[in-house]
Amino acid sequence: MSAGTGILASYEYLDSTVDAITGLRKAGFEVKAYAPYPDHHIEHALGYDQSPVRVWTLVGGLTGTATALAFTVWTSVDWPIVVGGKPIVSIPPYVIIMFELTVLFGALSTIIGLFVLSRLPNLKPSVIYDPEFTAGRYGVYVEADGARLDDARRILNDQEPIELREGQVAHA
Amino acid sequence: MANGVTKDATARGAMTHPDLHRLDDVNRDVLKMMGPPGKGWWALLGLAATGIGVFLVAWLGVQVPVGIGVSGLNGPVGWGVYITTFVFWVGIAHSGTLISAILFLFRAPWRQSIYRAAEAMTVFAVMTAGLFPLIHVGRLWHAYWLVPYPNARFLWPNFKSPLIWDVFAVTTYFTVSATFFFLGCIPDIAAARDRATGLRKKFYQVIALGWQGSDSQWHHFGKAYIFLAALATPLVLSVHSVVSWDFAMSIVPGWHTTIFAPYFVAGAIYSGVAMVITLVVPMRKIFGLEAYLTTKHFDAMAKLCLLTSMIVLYAYLSEFFLAWYSGEEVERTAFWNRLFGNYWWATWIMLVCNGMVPVMLWFKRVRHSIPALFVISIFVNIGMWFERYVIVVTSLHHEYEPFAWGMYRPSVVEMCILLGSFCWFGFWFLLFTRLLPPIAIQELKEVMPPPMRNKASGAHS
Repeated sequence: MSAGTGILASYEYLDSTVDAITGLRKAGFEVKAYAPYPDHHIEHALGYDQSPVRVWTLVGGLTGTATALAFTVWTSVDWPIVVGGKPIVSIPPYVIIMFELTVLFGALSTIIGLFVLSRLPNLKPSVIYDPEFTAGRYGVYVEADGARLDDARRILNDQEPIELREGQVAHA
Repeated sequence: MANGVTKDATARGAMTHPDLHRLDDVNRDVLKMMGPPGKGWWALLGLAATGIGVFLVAWLGVQVPVGIGVSGLNGPVGWGVYITTFVFWVGIAHSGTLISAILFLFRAPWRQSIYRAAEAMTVFAVMTAGLFPLIHVGRLWHAYWLVPYPNARFLWPNFKSPLIWDVFAVTTYFTVSATFFFLGCIPDIAAARDRATGLRKKFYQVIALGWQGSDSQWHHFGKAYIFLAALATPLVLSVHSVVSWDFAMSIVPGWHTTIFAPYFVAGAIYSGVAMVITLVVPMRKIFGLEAYLTTKHFDAMAKLCLLTSMIVLYAYLSEFFLAWYSGEEVERTAFWNRLFGNYWWATWIMLVCNGMVPVMLWFKRVRHSIPALFVISIFVNIGMWFERYVIVVTSLHHEYEPFAWGMYRPSVVEMCILLGSFCWFGFWFLLFTRLLPPIAIQELKEVMPPPMRNKASGAHS
């Protein structure tokens, strides 16, 4: 990403936001959007497909299953003692432990995946941000410099933003 | 329809909350709830704290130093109020995840405004339930033996035992429901952060983890939420099944039955939904949330109660029927003893509160009357506690050998701990209503009609 200026436009309306995103993407800009809730129109306009979170869930879940199977079988064999006339390694009761650890590991790894992918926790977030994004406004953010900056500003202004802020991008 | 923005997609939500129009209205109303608390809140918190004090004195001050003998537990009846209350609270915990996971996957349009409170209730109920095994084991300092850790002699827990399944089920349930609860809170904590000032802002800044609502955050959040819901769904159904196996895997007459898992799960959802009603009715009144919790919501919860009450009643009746039909003498005696034996009163409280009172929910007028629902929900809470008491105590006190029959009477210590558990639960719930957004801001916005510049949008290009 080149050093330049970041422009953040705040919109009141969903359709303006979507149109601004579509316009910027057509002009070849890399766009970031903000919304007070997950909106599939915005995701669609940004061309999102699947999230890799699902891989984390799957791998975590299978790790849980495997861990539980290995652990229950190993501990049974490690100190073999017949309980209730059942075989030393008796799979049906272990299925319950396997199920529980599948869910546990799957859930935890989903959360870890989410944190990694969406860069959370992030206690020093970006410089320009509108606190109204968690209330009722939508936002569109774009980085550019020179003539491209004017292009971006024009596309954003076409959709009549409530507010337009510009700030120097710190990272190079 | 070039940008694909349509209004009808969210029409269902608009129907559930007809009095909500603007997205930031939700922030205003919900964040207002987290403002400086009134005298009533402090009074309740003080009451809860006092109850916790009594609870701690009874448990750590009396029972731990003196021994489990201060409870009424004895020879035949080794499980009593502690196990009853454990099962009760685990049951209460069920509806939160039911509403947040199962109804999420089914896209039930009425869950949004209730689910945060229900989920908080779940987390606090498991926190309460989790204390009871520790109380019940008596020698608290040995409780860690439940955990499979490599000890000096490499002895491992018996994975063929339902009690160990229970340890895994309840800890998994607690971890997953707490995670799920916290995840759903993050965007709303960010909303609180953006409005708060001073020390509160600092606090929310940290726990919001820097959430900004950017597109990639929402995208991964949405997907993670679906997967967590998919994982939590079978978990909800499994936890109380596993708890029921603590009983059903033994050969005690009255416990040894295959109907227990579905019967316990239905009972858990039943009691959980009733507890949600009990908590949400005062919350709605105190905070003036009429626009958020409409009669439609209560009607839906009442129907869920009605359905599960019928399943529970069916389970009761089929247990009695099968005890008779089996021709098995001990089974017949056990169930006859339940109805007409020493603990007949507990059984009849259970039957009246769980089987008969909810029949009133068939009437729309009752379902639409919030005071009536509140009263019924209290009856259900009482009835469901007694259901577990009946299952635990009446089965144990009258097992196979007549010389081993005996009676159980809860002691003062047990009653203090039982009442204290409600205070412990209430304490956390009271703190929750002031510290975290008690209504899911972001999920409500999802079902509200989005603000459109072009009002006739849909064919807009």
